[in-house]
Amino acid sequence: MSVLVVVECDNGEVKKSSLEVASYGSQVAQMLGTSATAIAVGEATEANLAKLGEQGISKVLYDAEPRLKDFVNGAYTKLIATAAQQEDSKVIVLANSNIGAAVGSRLSVRLQASLATNVVELPKVNNGQFLVKRGAFSGKAFADVTLQGDRKIIAVKKNSIEALHEAGKTAQVVAFSAQLTDADFADAPKQVVMQDQAGGILLPEADKVVSGGRGMKGPENWYLIEDLAKALGAATACSKPVSDVDWRPHHEHVGQTGITVSPNLYIACGISGAIQHLAGVNSSKVIVVINKDPEAPFFKAADYGIVGDVFDVLPKLTQAVKELG
Amino acid sequence: MKFLVCISNVPDTTTKITFTPDNKEFNKAGVQFVINPWDEYALTRAIELKEAQGSGTVTVLNVGEADTEPNIRKALAIGADDAIRVNAHPKDAYFVAQQIASVAKEGGYDVILMGKESIDYNGFQVHGMVGEMLGIPTVAPAMKLDMNGNTATLEREIEGGKEIVEVNTPFVASCQQPMCEPRIPNMRGIMTARTKPLKVIEPVGEGARTEVAEYALPPKKQGVKLIPAESAGDLIKLLRNEAKVI
Ligand SMILES: Cc1cc2nc3c(=O)[nH]c(=O)nc-3n(C[C@H](O)[C@H](O)[C@H](O)COP(=O)(O)OP(=O)(O)OC[C@H]3O[C@@H](n4cnc5c(N)ncnc54)[C@H](O)[C@@H]3O)c2cc1C
Ligand SMILES: Cc1cc2nc3c(=O)[nH]c(=O)nc-3n(C[C@H](O)[C@H](O)[C@H](O)COP(=O)(O)OP(=O)(O)OC[C@H]3O[C@@H](n4cnc5c(N)ncnc54)[C@H](O)[C@@H]3O)c2cc1C
Repeated sequence: MSVLVVVECDNGEVKKSSLEVASYGSQVAQMLGTSATAIAVGEATEANLAKLGEQGISKVLYDAEPRLKDFVNGAYTKLIATAAQQEDSKVIVLANSNIGAAVGSRLSVRLQASLATNVVELPKVNNGQFLVKRGAFSGKAFADVTLQGDRKIIAVKKNSIEALHEAGKTAQVVAFSAQLTDADFADAPKQVVMQDQAGGILLPEADKVVSGGRGMKGPENWYLIEDLAKALGAATACSKPVSDVDWRPHHEHVGQTGITVSPNLYIACGISGAIQHLAGVNSSKVIVVINKDPEAPFFKAADYGIVGDVFDVLPKLTQAVKELG
Repeated sequence: MKFLVCISNVPDTTTKITFTPDNKEFNKAGVQFVINPWDEYALTRAIELKEAQGSGTVTVLNVGEADTEPNIRKALAIGADDAIRVNAHPKDAYFVAQQIASVAKEGGYDVILMGKESIDYNGFQVHGMVGEMLGIPTVAPAMKLDMNGNTATLEREIEGGKEIVEVNTPFVASCQQPMCEPRIPNMRGIMTARTKPLKVIEPVGEGARTEVAEYALPPKKQGVKLIPAESAGDLIKLLRNEAKVI
């Protein structure tokens, strides 16, 4: 029996969200008195996989099949299911990403496991009861959910678990094969198109976000948002009306009908703070609001605020960040 | 081609969420329920594809109690041909998925469309479960869906980009913007919806695998600390020294 952790890799590196997932899994393993094994997907290097020891992983399974570099739902599901059976895993932990959640739901049927997505805390385990806290109502609430049955799958929301870093510990990397056939790759993507990300920081993975609303007046002013984001090492985001009129691309739209983010720092510039917008950002650790209207509802959800004109305030903030060095 | 569109009945996006005093249930009092916003993309796209093909049917399916019927009628008014309601409280995603898979199998649907996720329970899982139960591919979340004969070309959103995926019918896809411009019912649609068939069937399969023990609201903010616009740079110092986030 062990806890199985699904680790997503990209360009050789383990994704930040997967370091969190690995840390979650190893802590669950400790609670259950067992060890945590990882199964890696995507393009990984042996050295980076071995470093998962720092997150408390003892063994990493890796199938070097080149077609596994990109996400293929059928193949990934079979790979992870095979690993779970080999390791006799009672708990499987993955990221609540577009990959993790898609695979998790198929696995739950195949392995007859109960599943909780969007999980934000370590489980409470006692007397055979297994309770997890998950986000619900699009960021407006949380639900404590009991997972039934003797197999459980947990998809962990990004940026809700602190990654462990036990320097010097290494995991053993073991070659693994699920004997995948062509049929398992039937739903492989024909093409993968990556966006040109501002400064290379992906919004769903970002721990700092600078976001603009209609108060920015037009796409020609977005350099103000981008300059501050660049200085901070932050990703950029926007409100729904901004992406609806194509000032910004759809994948930047946060909120109840966009993506939910939970960065350490969310800076809202010229955004009023409608309930649907707040739903997507209110689990951010620190919220800063810049708005010229002191009555803007966003101030009620903010930790810090500046009542002022974004065109005046943003350059000052960028300058101040640069001066910090 | 036969389209099956699964719709979930959810609290309007402006709803202030509250719970019963024991925190065990969502407090429905005074809450307006709507078709899950993502599911509107699935519904409109199915109607558009049917219209483009010049033949076929769009069936809407909801797993819910009788109080979901106004929104099922709304889907019929938008342009679906008929509807099925599985008469049960949607206990969890696994329970709902079993109902959808059973209807899909019996009805021999070619394309099963859903929303990206429900805005009440945020599972992002019913589509994957249904695909696995039926042994067919699921593409989730899809931003674009085109059909050419029995082959569909979809754009699937991934973190930081998109994949172009091709699948043959039958398949499951979960929809999100910018797939189409969701339609709203017109007068004629509302009139004809009243007489379109709505079949009520009883649930099948096993019970739920998860159960909500308790709900909670996020902790309240302490209150905002305002920094004068003239000394905006001080904010950055506070973020470093006080909040310690940069
Ligand atoms: C079903 C549904 C789903 C929705 N989902 C989402 C969602 O997911 N995400 C989302 O964001 N919205 C969503 N909305 C829309 C939401 O209700 C609001 O309309 C939207 O968030 C407002 O965007 P905004 O704050 O950019 O614009 P506005 O509300 O127009 O606010 C602009 C703000 O900028 C300020 N401002 C103007 N000029 C300046 C200046 N020079 N300097 C500083 N401040 C300035 C103004 O005081 C104002 O507060 C949804 C709505 C519906 C009905
Ligand atoms: C007051 C209330 C309380 C609820 N409490 C719970 C609860 O405690 N636990 C729980 O799991 N669920 C609960 N639900 C049900 C929830 O709305 C879903 O129907 C179901 O649980 C699947 O949720 P999900 O977020 O996992 O779906 P997702 O996987 O996010 O949904 C994806 C898609 O599946 C389809 N779909 C989802 N649900 C249905 C449905 N019922 N009928 C037809 N198609 C559907 C839609 O197309 C949707 O866009 C409750 C609903 C209400 C109204």
